Amino acid sequence: MRLSPAQIWRTRIPRYRLLGKECKKCGRRHYPPRPACPYCGSRELVEVELPRTGVIESFTVIYTVMEGFKDRAPLIIATVKLDDGTRVVAPITDAEPEDVRTGMRVEAVLRRIRDDGSYGLIGYGTAFRPTILVHKTS
Amino acid sequence: MARVYVGGVGLTKVGRHFDKGLIDLAAEAAFKAIDEAGVEPEALVVGNMMSSSLQHQDNLGAYIANGIGLRGIPAFKVEAACGSGGAAVHAAFNMVKSGVYNAVLVVGVEKMTDYPTAVVTEALAQAADAEYELFYGASFTGLNALMMRYYMEKYQVSRREMSYWPVMMHKNAVANPYAQIRREIKLEDVERSQVVADPIRLLDSSPIGDGAAAVLLVSENIASKLTEKPVVEVAGSAMATDTVELSNRESLDAMPAAAQAAKKAYKMAGVEPRDIDVIEIHDAFTINAIILLEELGFAPRGQAAKQLAEGRFAPGDKPTANPSGGLKARGHPVGATGVYQVAEIVMQLRGDFPGVKVDKAEIGLTANIGGDGSSLIIHVLRRV
Repeated sequence: MRLSPAQIWRTRIPRYRLLGKECKKCGRRHYPPRPACPYCGSRELVEVELPRTGVIESFTVIYTVMEGFKDRAPLIIATVKLDDGTRVVAPITDAEPEDVRTGMRVEAVLRRIRDDGSYGLIGYGTAFRPTILVHKTS
Repeated sequence: MARVYVGGVGLTKVGRHFDKGLIDLAAEAAFKAIDEAGVEPEALVVGNMMSSSLQHQDNLGAYIANGIGLRGIPAFKVEAACGSGGAAVHAAFNMVKSGVYNAVLVVGVEKMTDYPTAVVTEALAQAADAEYELFYGASFTGLNALMMRYYMEKYQVSRREMSYWPVMMHKNAVANPYAQIRREIKLEDVERSQVVADPIRLLDSSPIGDGAAAVLLVSENIASKLTEKPVVEVAGSAMATDTVELSNRESLDAMPAAAQAAKKAYKMAGVEPRDIDVIEIHDAFTINAIILLEELGFAPRGQAAKQLAEGRFAPGDKPTANPSGGLKARGHPVGATGVYQVAEIVMQLRGDFPGVKVDKAEIGLTANIGGDGSSLIIHVLRRV
């Protein structure tokens, strides 16, 4: 994936601060923010900063990674249900694959996500880490 | 409204065709379909996903049409990720149904083996949301794995129960000369195979392969002159969509677009799930097939894997699921898959499918998924 300065700039607030939107008509929140509510189609939306804590709804440990992630494998990706019920797809960081469980409480942190080797660009975004540090027993 | 029929079909074996490019593969399937019908197409719709990201080839309609000797005809590509083939058939169906065209050729074609797995994995991930999923390294297999874990935990489905699907697919594919993998596997093989994206293992996943499939859709006045083989009608053709990003889905254990499209297609064809004899459904990963069986009305929610473990949907049962071996074993040249499915069902209904046959099948269904449930294309086919 080629990174672009304009794209990094354009997506910075949703990616770094978890900016989503709330629908004035149906009341539901969504992420990433869209020009119309994905649930009811209404265009009457307000921007809202989403809670930075939630629980892991589902997760996967990816061993066959795509180009650009070879040095980061295995990669843990989860769907996190934030405390307001909004779902986000994000990496889990600061945890070993065997420590991750569904229902685990996590908090959002800013992390370096990927580099574009050909242009030297760095893409940052939101990852989630367990709210309680997991210690290895062995 | 006009009725739409299938005048001819053609397939290539799915595999590693290092000696063939997009045009070569397309030609092999297209020539079979055209020759079988004996009808010259008036237009071409190409189903393809990754010609742009892998072959660096756009303008695919004109490229294929003029490459296979159909100089001058209107032609364009339809792209809906892994649902490109089904979406191309849906577009062609509407072109004939509208009465504007009498014979439209659909060619689904994909070349995936030119590059290493990591490159193909990234190209496939373009089916997901580029800025909020692909960016974070969420591979396509990874996103499906999120659905699989959620489903298994919610309905208390065991690893063993999930393993029956790929075993059945491999068994069905043995007799299919077009299949990429014609080798039986055991439940233990699935469970011991490499983890791609936990809980998805290698043998839950369709292989990477090249292939092309073609169907020639014709109007009633052309179909009525075809005498060589039984004629099959496209009785229902429908599509529905859902959010590309998994985050804004209603639930991870469902594909509501499948139910939506199926409802429309069933209504058009005047059929219900219990009328259907044979189905070819999208199983890029085991979990896709499980959810589809439920969304299409063949199994109650949370029960499909358990029913498969009891022997349901095997050859001899109604409906028989994926006698071709499905994406799992026939193979999944992504943009061609939806066209393979339609061609295979047509052959089942005519009685000339060269693999596992479904006896006296009269009504068949195809379900083709684009993305992890964001594009759904359903076709209902009926022997006339």
